[in-house]
Amino acid sequence: MMFENNMAMYSRYLTELTLAFHIIFATIGVGVPLMIALAHWIGLRKKDPHFLLLARRWSRGFVITVAVGVVTGTAIGLQLSLLWPNFMELAGQVIALPLFMETFAFFFEAIFLGIYLYTWNRFKNPYYHFGLLIPVIIGSSMSAVFITIVNAFMNAPQGFELKNGVITNIQPLVAMFNPATPTKVAHVLSSAYMTSAFVLASIAAFHLLKGSKHVYHKKAFHLTMIAALIFSVTTALVGDLSGKYLGKYQPEKLAAAEWHFETDDKAPLVLFGVLNEEQEVKNALKIPYALSILVGAKPSAEVIGLNEYPEDERPPLYVHYLFDLMVTIGIFLAGLAFLYAALIQWKQKFAYNKWFLRLSVISGGLALIAIEIGWIFAEVGRQPWILRGYMKTIEGATTSAHVDILLAAFGFLYAALGAGSIIILRKMFKTNTAEAELKELGL
Amino acid sequence: MSLELLGITVLWIFLFGYVIVASIDFGAGFFSMYSDISGRKDMIHTIIQRYLSPVWEITNVFLVFFFVGIVGFFPKTAFYYGTALLIPGSISIILLAIRGSYYAFGTYGMKNNRILTFLYGMTGVFIPASLSTVLIISEGGFISVKGKHVKLHLLELLTSPFAWSVVLLAIVSVLFISASFLTWYSSKANDYKAGALLRKYTLAWSLPSVLSALVVVLSMKTHNPEHFENMIQYSWMLILSILFFFIAVFFFYRKKHYGAAFLSVVLQYALAFFAYGTSHYPYLLYPYLTVQAGFTNETMAKSLVIVFILGLLLLVPSFLLVLKLFVFDKNYIQGK
Repeated sequence: MMFENNMAMYSRYLTELTLAFHIIFATIGVGVPLMIALAHWIGLRKKDPHFLLLARRWSRGFVITVAVGVVTGTAIGLQLSLLWPNFMELAGQVIALPLFMETFAFFFEAIFLGIYLYTWNRFKNPYYHFGLLIPVIIGSSMSAVFITIVNAFMNAPQGFELKNGVITNIQPLVAMFNPATPTKVAHVLSSAYMTSAFVLASIAAFHLLKGSKHVYHKKAFHLTMIAALIFSVTTALVGDLSGKYLGKYQPEKLAAAEWHFETDDKAPLVLFGVLNEEQEVKNALKIPYALSILVGAKPSAEVIGLNEYPEDERPPLYVHYLFDLMVTIGIFLAGLAFLYAALIQWKQKFAYNKWFLRLSVISGGLALIAIEIGWIFAEVGRQPWILRGYMKTIEGATTSAHVDILLAAFGFLYAALGAGSIIILRKMFKTNTAEAELKELGL
Repeated sequence: MSLELLGITVLWIFLFGYVIVASIDFGAGFFSMYSDISGRKDMIHTIIQRYLSPVWEITNVFLVFFFVGIVGFFPKTAFYYGTALLIPGSISIILLAIRGSYYAFGTYGMKNNRILTFLYGMTGVFIPASLSTVLIISEGGFISVKGKHVKLHLLELLTSPFAWSVVLLAIVSVLFISASFLTWYSSKANDYKAGALLRKYTLAWSLPSVLSALVVVLSMKTHNPEHFENMIQYSWMLILSILFFFIAVFFFYRKKHYGAAFLSVVLQYALAFFAYGTSHYPYLLYPYLTVQAGFTNETMAKSLVIVFILGLLLLVPSFLLVLKLFVFDKNYIQGK
């Protein structure tokens, strides 16, 4: 039993490692095509070569991230069966459909991305070429939708009956459209769009901060910051709905995130703080009634506490910090994008102020950190379950040995891929700057 | 046709698709590296790049499609193969990851980097070897099952003549299929220098491909007599396969009809692949798992089939578009 615990633990570490690495590229993979399409569309409509070059340069960098996203996506796809064979054998009977759909969406995206990249200037009508981006966006966003549906199913499984280890009465569509699906899908999509916008904004801000006054970078900064504002507001709204979902269907996850132990109405929202030995919250910022309002839209709404659950079915309490950090970063980023919109409207020169640009440079990195933290919160907050209420994580893991060696091997692999992408991307854009390319085009 | 038979047939067709497109890709990497080492890089490098650049990502998806499909239709394979293949499967993932990303790095970022060319070439040989372990294990004899525990006997696998004969066949076939496709592709590009060199590679790897296949069949006789006996019943397919092999070699030798020659190579492998697959039926894993016992429930199977048909309606036209733009477009191939 000890041995199996160890292997389950290493299986978790390896899955965490793969996903922590993959999620960066997956997020960019979902959001950046939309940003490329925006730039490409504006460029065509306004006959603005700056925006067209922007689309072209973004798509060049995007290929590198797609490549790493594809191979790490293949890795996690196979690791699901290699590390969690017992889980896949059980869950596969109910939730194989969206997994299967995901490969189609991904196939669709891969085909049209290949065509888009290699057909600049090949069509007489440039809108045909732009049109190739639409299946890319549909494919990448639908990939995210289908994979998130599988994750939603792990949080709120339904559409089957389990008796003595045998699954019966299977309804694949009911399983797909479980209560967690709408908010999870919306949250993953909007946060991916938001993060990609901030990552691209960081790049533009970096060039402006380094002293380039070229209108190309200003246009890039403007487009990305305005997109970031729209998607941050969307993400905040969806976040509110996610809170309501948790309160209703997964109260233990919300209770752990909020250190809310006793079932209570008029529940406050607890921000940060520490727990003492008697599990009392100290030094936290409490916003009265806020948790009740988040869950039930009124100050007197009842919020179920963690003590309602047996001890071995409670998520670890450190998820509180993950939750708070994710929300804090989200609010900060939304504020930053809002400030940009206000400055550009009323005090233009302050939008290129050094300090504002410095904050903008780190916005992409912060957004990625929020993605990582938010995802860890979503997964750890479901523990001890891999399939909530049906299968515990430890029961789903592989029974074979050597997962620890593989953990090291994959660690090296991801280090090599990460370093490789950074080196290549830097080299690509340093040797061939936007300014040089514009000059070549006679602009 | 029963649903489980339909499911495994569709998956087997897709796996064959992967075998062909991936072989072209893997072999191209190897030839690219080999020509670099032997100082003839300029001759075939352009041809290989022009074909591979738009399609490398699609190749990978064939593989993903196959393994997601098989776990969907036959969830028990996740339990048996998932547990047993932890090590060989992970090795394949790592090699595929290195290959895919370093290909992109080399093509879009650091052109003509020797380390990247080397990695790209060597993984082209090691990936087919590591992936072929799945088929080797499926013949039984390398894993034992006790209740919920599946154990892979790695030492027996590594010392088995049968296993090594399959590995040899995989590598040789990759090089033969790839060289024959690229010969055709360069003839369409009117690149006669590259064509002549690739034609030599094709002929060089032709006989080894058939010989290694014979070795596999013979060593299967001792390793898995039951499967061997079944396969003999489909010997007409194997004979046809060899016939197409001779047609292909004849055309390549006489320097004509390269299109038909490559098609014959595809048919040669298709017949052998389906003779092997059909005689493997009903076992997914000798002797533990059959297609019937491993099958998912009927509701899921039906929805998977519906999604599959809808998916094909979407993908086949898109795929034809790729072929039209990059494989059958003379101007593109000739670099105009």
